[in-house]
Amino acid sequence: MTDQALEPAAVAKPQTPFRRIVSDFCENRLAVFGLVLVAVSIFVAVFAPLISPQNPFDIASLDLLDAKSPPGTVSSDGSMTYWLGTDGQARDMLSAIFYGMRISLFVGFVSVAAALAIGTAIGLIAAYAGGRLDAFLMRIVDIMLSFPSILVALILLSLLGKGIDKVLISLVLVQWAYFARAARGAALVERNKEYVEAATCLALPTSRIVFRHMLPNCLPSLIVIATITLARAIALEATLSFLGVGVPVTEPSLGMLIANGFEFLLSGSYWISFFPGIALAIAIVGINLAGDQLRDVLNPRNLR
Amino acid sequence: MSSPALAVKNLRTHFFTKEGVAKAVDGVDFEVAPGEVLGLVGESGSGKTVTGFSILGLIDPPGRIVEGSSIRFNGEELTTAKPERLRAIRGAEIAMIFQDPMMTLNPVLRVDTQMIETVQAHVRVSRREARKRARAALVQVGIPSPDERLNAYPHQFSGGMRQRVAIAIALLHKPKLIVADEPTTALDVTIQGQILFEAQRLCRESGTAMIWVTHDLAVVAGLADRIAVMYAGRIVEMGRTADIIERPMHPYTKGLIGSVPSQNTRGHRLAQIPGMTPSLLKLPAGCSFKSRCPIAVDKCNEMPTLEEHRPGHWARCWRAAA
Amino acid sequence: MLVYVIRRLMQAVLVMVVMSALVFAGIYLIGDPVTMMISPDASEADRAAVRTALGLDQPMWEQYLVFVNAAIHGDFGKSFLAGQPAMGLIFDRLPATLELAFASLVISLVIGLPMGVYAGLRPNSIGTKTIMTGSILGFSLPNFWVGLMLIMTFAVVLPDMISWWPRLPASGRGTTVDVLGVRLSIFTLDGWRHLLLPAITLALYKGALIVRLARATAREVLPMDYVKFARAKGLSERRIVGVHVLKNIMIPIATVSGLEFGQTVAFAVVTETVFSWPGVGKLLIDSILLLDRPVVVAYLVVIVFFFVILNLVVDLLYSVLDPRVRLESRAS
Repeated sequence: MTDQALEPAAVAKPQTPFRRIVSDFCENRLAVFGLVLVAVSIFVAVFAPLISPQNPFDIASLDLLDAKSPPGTVSSDGSMTYWLGTDGQARDMLSAIFYGMRISLFVGFVSVAAALAIGTAIGLIAAYAGGRLDAFLMRIVDIMLSFPSILVALILLSLLGKGIDKVLISLVLVQWAYFARAARGAALVERNKEYVEAATCLALPTSRIVFRHMLPNCLPSLIVIATITLARAIALEATLSFLGVGVPVTEPSLGMLIANGFEFLLSGSYWISFFPGIALAIAIVGINLAGDQLRDVLNPRNLR
Repeated sequence: MSSPALAVKNLRTHFFTKEGVAKAVDGVDFEVAPGEVLGLVGESGSGKTVTGFSILGLIDPPGRIVEGSSIRFNGEELTTAKPERLRAIRGAEIAMIFQDPMMTLNPVLRVDTQMIETVQAHVRVSRREARKRARAALVQVGIPSPDERLNAYPHQFSGGMRQRVAIAIALLHKPKLIVADEPTTALDVTIQGQILFEAQRLCRESGTAMIWVTHDLAVVAGLADRIAVMYAGRIVEMGRTADIIERPMHPYTKGLIGSVPSQNTRGHRLAQIPGMTPSLLKLPAGCSFKSRCPIAVDKCNEMPTLEEHRPGHWARCWRAAA
Repeated sequence: MLVYVIRRLMQAVLVMVVMSALVFAGIYLIGDPVTMMISPDASEADRAAVRTALGLDQPMWEQYLVFVNAAIHGDFGKSFLAGQPAMGLIFDRLPATLELAFASLVISLVIGLPMGVYAGLRPNSIGTKTIMTGSILGFSLPNFWVGLMLIMTFAVVLPDMISWWPRLPASGRGTTVDVLGVRLSIFTLDGWRHLLLPAITLALYKGALIVRLARATAREVLPMDYVKFARAKGLSERRIVGVHVLKNIMIPIATVSGLEFGQTVAFAVVTETVFSWPGVGKLLIDSILLLDRPVVVAYLVVIVFFFVILNLVVDLLYSVLDPRVRLESRAS
């Protein structure tokens, strides 16, 4: 009753939920900054072939004389400036970073999308089915989540071998459990609500109830988890590549670039590791800054 | 009245929120004599709890006591006192008892810890001495096997027992004033009776003044010497208990009394006050009770002042004498 | 209570058996360890001889049974490369990893807890905003990246720029001292010089989590009635925060720290690689890359065991810290 005494005055103009989410989000300047970082990263990744000064995979275009040049050096044939220096094989760092960002983001996005789809499906099924199936599936989820993702990924990759596809598979296997648990949790809350009962009474097919009715209400928490997981996936892939069990040398992600430059760190050619590291940090931090605010804004308690 | 223990004049406590200013307490005047029990009665949102907290200086932002308010405790002005002075007064000279005893005792600390720290916060004594005083306080409120109780955790007590512990804590330094905020609301009726009895006894014995905040007029009718009725942040009626109960002047008070079930109302529909308390953010101009009052007239569009219509009996209503 | 502990231990054994079988089967499938160890132009006969010597010519299930039999006796086979018992190798290097993990736990608590509580007490100050942004960086930046940056800053750039700035070593472990048969480096100054950077690297992730958790819990606890009551009793702010609030915060912090400790030991794998720290993690990576099967299996068994024990300890710890839980279990 006390709360009634402090009722706010009526809001002046109604907003669509989407518009309100956007305006709430923009209140935090740091989050907008994060979003900008993400946009830049995606732009770079998508347009890498167009905006790179050099194609670092084209061996013919490399001039070994220019290897390990510091940032700002002009190439020996004068055709371009190595803005960020070159690595041990005379690859232009700037171009290598653009292509590397491409691979890092690709692996991240695809693995999260797949894990989202698989995990959500499993979670929804578990929530709707209930009973033994639910308990069994959740047992598996619990076991998967209790082990550190890095160990699981390491073991999986050592079993599967090298290659981008194997990395994707490992990442998906490590991540689906988060989505399964979140989807099930949200779905359970929805399942007990009246509209599901109503839909069941109308004898709507189960798949329709689950996917057309329950799913949209689970979306906010799923979106939040997806952003967090995306940052983690990119970081995990980078870590695995750094350790040497991730992407192959022919398609270096940012993690692999950093690994390549590690040996030169103490001898002075810091830029071979440093700049890919900055690029990686930009992508990850951007996603997290934006994702953090997104989580606050999409918090179910704030939505109603 | 010889020098009052507490003199509150024009107390205004407002909450400055994003949605506007909520005037929880808006111009409250009353006095409490030493050893006297004042019942502060009102619905939720009437401002009675905020009044209690204001006296102890426990109003958190976005609320604060507005300039022009005065709270004099034994002649000392509290609204301008330094924080350190307020801290010294709290728990020692003015004590407070809260409504829900489960939440007022920290669940992860033992009872003796919580009592000993209260003692040591105000006097420099050894831990052993502090524990002795704690034990004595428990005995005073009638808790059996005090030594075992001291070693226990709050959740091992029943509700009534916990509230007695809270009262014991309040009494540790023999305060001159106790503010009790709905201390029996969360308890059974039988326990409630016991607590009321204990409280009355202790006040008589030690000469402690008490402000008993409640929404239940019946509770305070047997306990208080004087009653003040609050509505929407202001006092609407104040006087001796017998006067208020038998000859109420304000329509709100009449409504409150009429809605209490008793022998007389048995078999009849209980009278209800229609409508609801207005939002503190949008108080209507004029008398706040106007929209729910059965005898409202045009004059009520102007805020009535608190007048002493009969000796010792004040009311805020243009038609009080009716 | 005893029944509970026994039941959990039996669960642990079951999990370990399943895990070891899975890992064994899986690793059996990858590559041919023999090729790693013999020069490419060895004859087929030589290969066969090595295979027999290592017992790799037996059918898989036979190998597994041999393995299980030996495992019960604590013998996980000899490392293909080092020729020494695998378990022995693991235990040799375990102290280094545990040292690193504990140091990072301490650092993360000592730095993270006060920052988190401060952020909870003063939600709108600039300090808090900085801390919260820092915490986002702390848990999002990959472990190896942080290690890299620290190496660059403290082992290369700063000592180069400022002549008197001490150069921290970028790899290896410091001088060790023998304590009850275990070699520890935390008792030597040189040991700390080597330990500092890797421990900070490892502590960052957990520290960030602790900051956020402490802040969230503090913000939950501060508006509670018992805090207001403590003020009404006239207690000093120091006591209110230091005792009433802190004791309530410690419960979730302890639980999370305990559970996260397992993650820390896992992430030590990366940190050890970056800093060439001679611990169990580096051993694992090397063994995986070189297909040294016995060592990998031994590591996994140890880790699973460790996790299970850890979970058990955390459960018990929780019941010790929260009196509400403890007494209920005793009554049941």
